[in-house]
Amino acid sequence: MTLPAQYLWLIPALPLLAAGIGAVVPRSGRALAAGSAIAAMAVSFVLSCLALNGALQDPAAHAVSNFAWFDLGDSVMRLGFVNDPLTAFMCVMVTFVGLLIFIFSTGYMKEDANFKQFFCFLSLFAAAMLGLVVANSLLMFFISWELVGLTSYLLIGFWFHKPSAAAAAKKAFITTRIGDLGLLLGMLWLYDSSGSLLFYDGGQGVLEAAALTSLAGQTLSCGLAVSTAIGLLIFCGAVGKSGQFPLHVWLPDAMEGPTPVSALIHAATMVAAGVFLIARVYPLMSADLPLAAVPVHALTVVAFIGAITALLGAFIACGQNDIKRILAFSTVSQLGYMMLALGVGSWTAAIFHLLTHAFFKALLFLGAGSVIHAAHHEQDIRSLGGLRLKMKITFATFAIGTCALVGVPLLFSGFWSKEAILHAAHGWEVSHLPFYAALLGVVLTAFYNTRLMAETFFGKPRSHASEHAHENSAVMTGPLVLLAIGAVVLGFFGTPACPWLQARLSGEPLHSNMDHLLEGGGLMLLSVVLVGAGIGIGWWLYGRKLRQTAQAADPLAVASPAIMAALANRLGFDELYAATVGRLNNGTAALAQGLDRWVFGGFINFLAQFGIFTGTVNRQVDEDTLNDGFNAVSESIRGSGQRYSRAQTGEAHGYLRVLAVAFIVLALVLVMGGVR
Amino acid sequence: MSSFSLLTSIVSIPWLGALMLASMPRAHVKIVRVLALLYSLSTLALGLVAWANFNPAATGFQFTEQHAWIGVLNVSYHLGLDGLSLILVLLTGLVAPAALLASWKVERDPRLFCILFLFLQGAALGVFLALDFFPWFIFWELSLVPAFFLIKLWGGPDATRAAYQFVIYTIGGSAFMLLAFAALFAATRTFDFVALAAAAQSGGLATKISARALTAIFLGVLLGLAVKVPLFPFHTWLPSAYAEAPTGASMFLTGIMSKMGVYGFLRILWPLFPAQLHAAAPVLIVLALAGVVLGAFAAMAQTDLKRMVAYSSINHVSYCLLALFAVAGAGAAHAAASGAALSGALLQMFNHGLSASALFFCIGIIESRSGGKRGLNDFGGLRTAAPMFAGLCGIAMFSSLGLPGLNGFVGEFLIFRGVFGLVPWAAAVGTLALFATAYFLLTFWQRVFHGPQGPGVASFRDLSGLEILTLAPALVLMFVLGVWPQLLVSIFNPLVTAWAAHLP
Repeated sequence: MTLPAQYLWLIPALPLLAAGIGAVVPRSGRALAAGSAIAAMAVSFVLSCLALNGALQDPAAHAVSNFAWFDLGDSVMRLGFVNDPLTAFMCVMVTFVGLLIFIFSTGYMKEDANFKQFFCFLSLFAAAMLGLVVANSLLMFFISWELVGLTSYLLIGFWFHKPSAAAAAKKAFITTRIGDLGLLLGMLWLYDSSGSLLFYDGGQGVLEAAALTSLAGQTLSCGLAVSTAIGLLIFCGAVGKSGQFPLHVWLPDAMEGPTPVSALIHAATMVAAGVFLIARVYPLMSADLPLAAVPVHALTVVAFIGAITALLGAFIACGQNDIKRILAFSTVSQLGYMMLALGVGSWTAAIFHLLTHAFFKALLFLGAGSVIHAAHHEQDIRSLGGLRLKMKITFATFAIGTCALVGVPLLFSGFWSKEAILHAAHGWEVSHLPFYAALLGVVLTAFYNTRLMAETFFGKPRSHASEHAHENSAVMTGPLVLLAIGAVVLGFFGTPACPWLQARLSGEPLHSNMDHLLEGGGLMLLSVVLVGAGIGIGWWLYGRKLRQTAQAADPLAVASPAIMAALANRLGFDELYAATVGRLNNGTAALAQGLDRWVFGGFINFLAQFGIFTGTVNRQVDEDTLNDGFNAVSESIRGSGQRYSRAQTGEAHGYLRVLAVAFIVLALVLVMGGVR
Repeated sequence: MSSFSLLTSIVSIPWLGALMLASMPRAHVKIVRVLALLYSLSTLALGLVAWANFNPAATGFQFTEQHAWIGVLNVSYHLGLDGLSLILVLLTGLVAPAALLASWKVERDPRLFCILFLFLQGAALGVFLALDFFPWFIFWELSLVPAFFLIKLWGGPDATRAAYQFVIYTIGGSAFMLLAFAALFAATRTFDFVALAAAAQSGGLATKISARALTAIFLGVLLGLAVKVPLFPFHTWLPSAYAEAPTGASMFLTGIMSKMGVYGFLRILWPLFPAQLHAAAPVLIVLALAGVVLGAFAAMAQTDLKRMVAYSSINHVSYCLLALFAVAGAGAAHAAASGAALSGALLQMFNHGLSASALFFCIGIIESRSGGKRGLNDFGGLRTAAPMFAGLCGIAMFSSLGLPGLNGFVGEFLIFRGVFGLVPWAAAVGTLALFATAYFLLTFWQRVFHGPQGPGVASFRDLSGLEILTLAPALVLMFVLGVWPQLLVSIFNPLVTAWAAHLP
């Protein structure tokens, strides 16, 4: 069975329906809200599997279903849905991981008064995210993309009575919107120069040969191809949404949201949407590659931004103490790896890593949620400790997730997907710098995860909360186990020996051969050594002598306090932005306000005062020359006029005078016109 | 339609209502309010009748009525309706009753309030339907009288100053417009917009009037309209007028009256002076863009919520002008972009009417519940006390900031799409305003609704049935038009296509 493209809309529509139900049921309708959300997600998962089944039958094809949205001049604005392996794999991942996180949330959010609203927002998120994945139009993609941003905003600020949560929600929305403005401009440019926003449209789409040739063929005065400029603008959107340097600052703050939200939106799906976007428009991003004379290729920028982000995130993660912030910076770093893969030309490796990362990072966040839930919302790893024996399932699954993230060889999915990225970066002809950054990132990743494991699960409990922690119920541990299975199994779909996933994504024939495993053997060995080094340093610093009290100094802080302080302060990006962008922003606002009050308003007030002045002079002249010309009637009129002018500001006079003059002139003109 | 003058009915029924209320000084307050609401709703009902009988494919005026009026001046009573007028009549039919409902609790002389309001409504409708300058200008000026008293008598502490500034400034602008039309009449012997537009198209105007005189006339009309919209930098009357006006009047001012100016640009200035507008476009684009960007940034600097939304109105209405000026400046070179920009401008007029009036209503609720406070920092945590209010206000807010899925997005997207095709740098600079708008609206939301509860917030009542009823039509339309813009686009698309193809 397959799902034809014209029914793809069902996949996002079902969660949307569930969100609608969640919006209208009363606050007490908890079971209905959660039940409909989970049921809708489950059905969407089945539909996604059917869609995947259909897409795999002809992986190179793009099944589309386009429709008219509204009339626009002589043409119509069209939107559409597309099914191909990229979409279908994403749909399956989003619905499956989403379903598990929904189930987990019924336990995690049990005590929350706004339980039903939470599921309403989650469903709305799922609808928007799935809409983004199945969109066959950049406009429809953008609409879903913004709605995903809205639900992210609502869910980060879910505990809105906390000022920090309210501020983090706003920061996330505003920061990503900066990137979205680039995306918007890119979209406008694309629409203006190709006349369409549909990705695939029987040869007329923007990702099809005719449009691409034309876009790459036009050159701007700065030497860039039009396709490069559009690609870079679109990439701005991905930078914002996927937490890439320099717009990564919102993602760690987004951890103010409930942990299932962090797992679903800020680890597995939404933040990966930027990677998905670049993979979706990959034909456009790479259209300039054949051009030799251009100053820069769009993908080169993507690769360097990705490499910087991968390294930066891993570095900062080493200096964080909040379990969720460590994972958040880890997400930043891993998204950087995906961007790096896109940039160096292997979008299939990026999607492979996106899928494995979705599983293992969702697993890690839910594991962190399990810990936080058990430890009464203690999130500081220095105050945790010793949970290994108290929470066995959480510990075991968290350990599997960590191994996948670190890239422990052979058994864990992260190893294979990261290997694919390293392999691609190694083969990139433009520069080897991103490759070296990625290698260094591997060491750091292993290091900070060893620290995280040692501090959280080993040693002895260092706070009241962690002392009394105990394992959670099955609705929370069940999803952990299923995700842990995924975090292992998924890797085997994309090993070098049999890169089934990559072949299906790209639509190229599958060449499975054990020799491929050996060809990349040297690189693989190197990365294994680096992982070992990272774990070794981590163990040497944190595992050898376990932390005794929550207040004890961090070994890294003892070794080099300056570095640790800088990392804990996230290298000062927030301060830097507050001092530059924030100040510029406030300055512009003050300037706009000042212009209004002093310049334009001031000019008008000057005119008014001038009117009053001429009025006064006029009256003096009247009084002096026509002293006894008028009788008491005019006296009383003037008296009331004076009272009036005292009571009011007097601006009336100047303007009424203008009006009077206007009427006189009008009369004159009419008379003269009538004469002629 | 000979036996039933639809357009005259649309304009006159609110005035008849005002007369009727004026003649019943002893009527019970409740009866007065219900009657006023019914008369106000007549616009919506008749607007829907007009829509049902409207032929969108015909781009000329429909339901026209023309009667000779003042023979010596060649003035005729000429009404007509096209897609542009129709959406504004429908908008008036939606916003005016909502504004009356928002004023349901006005205690001070509710009868006079209703009379003035219906008077204002009829005048605005006259502006949208009159096709001869003479009646048009009467409607235009008459709308100021009730607006003045509504602001002055029912407004805030500084209302008198604001009302005077508003009226005098607008009349000051109108005076130049009157002069300009007088000069135009002297040369052409007609006040009829249709005839004048035809003369402008055929080059007849240029043969009768010297280029310099025509430019002066153009500037006079421009000034009158620019103050009304307002176009930057003629906007300084707006923030205090909107902020000091009572809630119902603020809703009408921002929802309908700001559209009168934009309507004038589309109906009069552009068709009558295409060459002059084309020549002035580079400057006007900069001014409109300044309104877009500085309006949004000035809103960011406000601590009074009403002033904030008032500045946001400047920003939103300036988008419409930016689109028009970009089209007028570019000529017929890029019809697809021009059509998109104009479609966007028309959508934006309608959408802004819905979202800005809804926002003013929400601030009115905050103000009335808190004894007159409406400072950005006076509150906090309203969402816990009044979750329903927070949710509905949030929808209006996100509609205003152009969130896709709600109505505001489609119009702004089309404006940006068109402007990008015609004047790319203006579109790029304009995106700054999108950022600023999101910033100040979310700041509004964060300070007022989120965080710990501020003083007095705990006793804040959630929305009453009447208040939900007031907001509901606008909110429902925000969703409907966000998902299905074709509903509105189908009214004016042929008209806009014709405009873009044969630019006036």
